[in-house]
Amino acid sequence: MSITGVSVADETPSPGGRPPLTGDRAGTGRFGDRLFGGAATGAGVTVIALVSLIGAFLLWQAIPALARNEANFLTSREWVVAGEHPRFGIVELLWTTVASSLIAMAIAVPVGVCVALFITQYAPRWLSRPAASLVDLLAAVPSIIYGLWGLNTFLPVEKPLEEFIQRWLGWFPLFSMTSISGGTIFFIGIVLSIMVLPIVTALSREVFAQTPVTHKEGALALGATKWEMIRTAVLPFGRPGVISAAMLALGRALGETIAVTFIVSTLARGTDWSWSLFNGGETFASRIANNAAEFDTPQKAGAFIAAGLVLFVLTFIVNAIARIVIERRKAFSE
Amino acid sequence: MTTTNSRPDAAVQGTLASGLGHPSRGREFRDQAARIVMWAAFFLAVIPLVWILFTVVSKGFHLLLESQWWTNSQRGITSRRAGGGAVHAIQGTLIQAAATAAIAVPIAVMTAIYLVEYGRGRFAKAVSFMVDILTGIPSIVAALFIYALWVTTFGFQRVGFAVVLALVLLMIPTVVRSTEEMLKLVPNELREASYALGVPKWKTIVKVVLPTAFSGIVTGILLGLARVMGETAPLLILGPYTKSIATDLFGGLMPTLPTMINQDRNELAQAAAAERVWAAALTLILLVLVLNIAGRVVARFGSVKK
Repeated sequence: MSITGVSVADETPSPGGRPPLTGDRAGTGRFGDRLFGGAATGAGVTVIALVSLIGAFLLWQAIPALARNEANFLTSREWVVAGEHPRFGIVELLWTTVASSLIAMAIAVPVGVCVALFITQYAPRWLSRPAASLVDLLAAVPSIIYGLWGLNTFLPVEKPLEEFIQRWLGWFPLFSMTSISGGTIFFIGIVLSIMVLPIVTALSREVFAQTPVTHKEGALALGATKWEMIRTAVLPFGRPGVISAAMLALGRALGETIAVTFIVSTLARGTDWSWSLFNGGETFASRIANNAAEFDTPQKAGAFIAAGLVLFVLTFIVNAIARIVIERRKAFSE
Repeated sequence: MTTTNSRPDAAVQGTLASGLGHPSRGREFRDQAARIVMWAAFFLAVIPLVWILFTVVSKGFHLLLESQWWTNSQRGITSRRAGGGAVHAIQGTLIQAAATAAIAVPIAVMTAIYLVEYGRGRFAKAVSFMVDILTGIPSIVAALFIYALWVTTFGFQRVGFAVVLALVLLMIPTVVRSTEEMLKLVPNELREASYALGVPKWKTIVKVVLPTAFSGIVTGILLGLARVMGETAPLLILGPYTKSIATDLFGGLMPTLPTMINQDRNELAQAAAAERVWAAALTLILLVLVLNIAGRVVARFGSVKK
């Protein structure tokens, strides 16, 4: 069990290797049994209802605002939600959200996989459990603290790196010069990568630890070095686990709110479009959080709820992919 | 050829390597390089943790040593003035966490019982899938949903209880998953022995399965609480800050530690405000850590014995 809240619990075999007795065979059909079984089923129904309600409610509240929107919701960069003629679109939010999350993935996945390999394959026995707990502790730190630390302590240290990249790779549109002195998309990516690292590590190390000993010994017996053993036995076995770990982490990064809200410098209205990762911006979550005080009319709230709906759909898709990948692995390994 | 499973990999590799001659220099080099990369990755991951803890502790600890931090609120204290305490925020955070647990734990534990003991087939798969989706829902989306329900649909005010509802959504999936894991560790023999004595299924679950898995379930609940306590997004949308003590979940504003940090974050140039922010951050980390450690202690002293 881990603090990160993700695991391959579904794969833990049932006790004794057999499925527990279920339903009619074990129940007696008495009142107590029916009541308790009904309550358990009811709880399951509640969970399904909750998720469906979230989607339905967000959609229902977003539609009136979207109907009055005079700009294209998907391609406009404007965000005027009050008044008779609301014009708002999400393209800028989408770019900032996706770009920062992808940067986070580019850092967190390789490092997280290496840390998981370290914990399961390289660490001396006395170190591997404490090491795992240490990395898990990263997930225990509340995200508001990441925001505080990132903005006040980490940013000044990281800034020279940004300047260095801009000076030498500035000809490339993604790295072009900007005049942002606060947090940039690139910087949120780095902070997010630290925040999602424990998720990648927790799940990867669970699957790496499940690599059949026979595979590993087979590779070693054929004369493979330890690294070759990992490359030929551990990594292929763990690949689906790593993919779904990355997806779960991506979902978390896309939706991260308060750390991003603290750190990122918002752009002034009407700033020119730039592909640069060293630009400021707002993600879906930080735009909503920054304007939480403005939800006074249904129309304004509706516009933000529409943005939240897009975020919900994005994370839903990413999480569903994670789930499907791990399901397919189960089908193969059984 | 048979190899004993208990032998560590390193020993296997050592004996084979010496018996069959060394791998070529290039392969040897790559092997060593990989070893160094793995160790480096681990230290790279630990750096931010140490750095964050060091920053927060060194900037925040002296306010925590003053007794008024634990006894006073911020009532009547502006961001420029030093003094005051965090008791209002600590209370708010604890009350909300307790209320969240009171609602989320029964639903989550019953869902886990359903998944392990009752659920088979398509519907159980759907529940399991939805739990996964719920795990991935961003806290801000949960907050928006409760806003859409509580404020725009029912027309209520933003109060502590609305925050609690949003936190419930975030807590359910973590507790379901950990409880599920623990229930699966309960040996089937225990269930069968109970059935053989003619005990009905529901009594078997309540009197045999749950007590056996109890400590594991408690650990899961504590870890889930620790996660929920640090959430800020729902508080921003549903639970505005106030500087005085407020304990009513259903009326008025309710201060919490995250909103206390958020309140003064733009005033960090003021020494007094900065000190307060870091001290509140340290208090929050301490609360979360205490829950984490408590969870691990419970897990160690009462895990399911096989």
